[in-house]
Amino acid sequence: MEIVKVTNLKKLYGEFPAVNEISFSIEQGEVFGFLGPNGAGKTSTIKMMIGLSRPTSGQIMIDGIDAIKDIKKVQKFIGIVPDENNLYAEMNGFDNLCFCASLYGIGKAKREKRAMELLEQFNLTKAAKYPFKTYSKGMKRKLTIAAGIIHNPKILFLDEPTTGIDVESARQIRELILNLKKQGKTIFITTHYIEEAERICDRIAFIVEGEIVKIGKVTEVLRDAEREHKIKLQLSSSIKNIKEELENNFINCKVKLLDENSCLFISKEPIALFPILQLLDNTGISVYEAKELKPSLEEVFVKITNINPKTKNEQEKVGK
Amino acid sequence: METMIAFCNILRKDIETYYLKPPNISWGIIFPLSWTLMQFIRSQGTTGIRELLPGLMAMSVLFGSTSMLAVTITFERSSHSFDRLLLAPISINTLVLAKILGAVIFGTLNAFVPVVFAAFFINLKGINWGITAIAVISIAITSALLGLLIAISAKEVFEAQTFSNFFRFPMLFLCGLFIPIDKLPAMLKAISFCLPLTYGTDILNGMIAGNSIFSTPLNISIMLVFVVFLFYLCQKNIKEKWIL
Ligand SMILES: Nc1ncnc2c1ncn2[C@@H]1O[C@H](COP(=O)(O)OP(=O)(O)O)[C@@H](O)[C@H]1O
Ligand SMILES: [Mg+2]
Repeated sequence: MEIVKVTNLKKLYGEFPAVNEISFSIEQGEVFGFLGPNGAGKTSTIKMMIGLSRPTSGQIMIDGIDAIKDIKKVQKFIGIVPDENNLYAEMNGFDNLCFCASLYGIGKAKREKRAMELLEQFNLTKAAKYPFKTYSKGMKRKLTIAAGIIHNPKILFLDEPTTGIDVESARQIRELILNLKKQGKTIFITTHYIEEAERICDRIAFIVEGEIVKIGKVTEVLRDAEREHKIKLQLSSSIKNIKEELENNFINCKVKLLDENSCLFISKEPIALFPILQLLDNTGISVYEAKELKPSLEEVFVKITNINPKTKNEQEKVGK
Repeated sequence: METMIAFCNILRKDIETYYLKPPNISWGIIFPLSWTLMQFIRSQGTTGIRELLPGLMAMSVLFGSTSMLAVTITFERSSHSFDRLLLAPISINTLVLAKILGAVIFGTLNAFVPVVFAAFFINLKGINWGITAIAVISIAITSALLGLLIAISAKEVFEAQTFSNFFRFPMLFLCGLFIPIDKLPAMLKAISFCLPLTYGTDILNGMIAGNSIFSTPLNISIMLVFVVFLFYLCQKNIKEKWIL
């Protein structure tokens, strides 16, 4: 069942189209990802859907309610985690959560219980009595997410939940999102991390310069991108002389020499590292470091759309 | 019921985090307090105090209600925490009411600081405190709504501060607080009659010093019109300026 349906949504700031006639829908219980570079229009889209911004034109239906006309009805059952943490700096974690719950009309006993549960779930119990402003970035993000789900919303909007925070907090947050999905929540998430989208989304849309350029099941969209696996090795000495031997041994891999002491293994398939290490070891070369290079959003994006977002503007200018 | 819970908690949070904080109490109270003392000391003899009291009360309300609300809302806007309130399933009207009520209570309490002082010097018997309270509360509401309007136009906290000083200092002299309105030049007089504080102060003058320009029922009605008008203006402006 479609729980969110957006049709021809448009937002002009002055003359500038931040969101340009986009349409998409989200199924109940689905995690839908919005991917795009900075300034693509992700936040502008979310803001219109949650009632912080008025669309220039278009329709937004959420659970059968017109979200542009009746946003207050919609706000009862949606949870929002904005791109910037917006809790009260001077208030402690526990009070922040209780206050947010009270905005949804949740009574004292119930909201205190729920706040304690969430603090526990997010590993923040120890920090509960400290002011929000003393939290680390990761803790702030987690508390903001906790505040977003305090009223047990049916649909959750997450605007770049893991951008700019430490790896461990980001991992916890992804785990949490997957848990929420298991509970049957519908989730709309924006991100510019491909792996994040790959791990948690069912469907994704690529948005650039206010337009959706690709939309579909995450596996299909990323398969189209023909992702390459890349592993970078830091070595004790050059492998110039055994490059051919390596490529013959590992037929699926291409070997690229980067500089004197490092090289890149590139393959369409996941790369088995151990045989490579063994072979190198036999030839007396030590491997100091092996690192998987993930494709950036830009790289995948270029593959999918054949447009380079960095040069698109310039091309347009030349075209004119 | 749900709206009530949200309303009470917004109010309680504002009182706890802003109005009860020492620096804010000092701005709201110490300034009117020092004015009160200064004026009382200057006005040798007890006859002057009765004439001064209405103006001092009006000033205390104005200072307690206007700038605090303007500053705290601008602050919440710039730190994005105000978005939480806009995203909550409560109407803009409820939100405006909850936000101004803290300022109204604070301003109203401030008004009685000079009264307490005056009570040491003069006999305050025979004053109709019911109508005085209505006047004080109506001044507090219009001042708080003015503060909210300032917050809607200001982008930075310092802007809010500047705007509110820009409005409230002239009002001290234009609204009959310390200079009787009929002593003002005709052009300024015209401005006076456009400001709600003039009518609120006039009620206080009538109740305490016995020299009002208009009748009390007329003054109260005009204040009521101002309250409704400013409330409407705030609510409309929030929708237009904060939901972009
Ligand atoms: N309030 C605003 N006024 C003018 N331009 C804006 C405003 N908000 C966003 N924009 C512009 O709209 C575009 C999309 O922004 P945004 O939705 O924040 O992108 P994203 O979240 O994908 O990084 C950007 O070019 C941004 O500069
Ligand atoms: Mg954004």
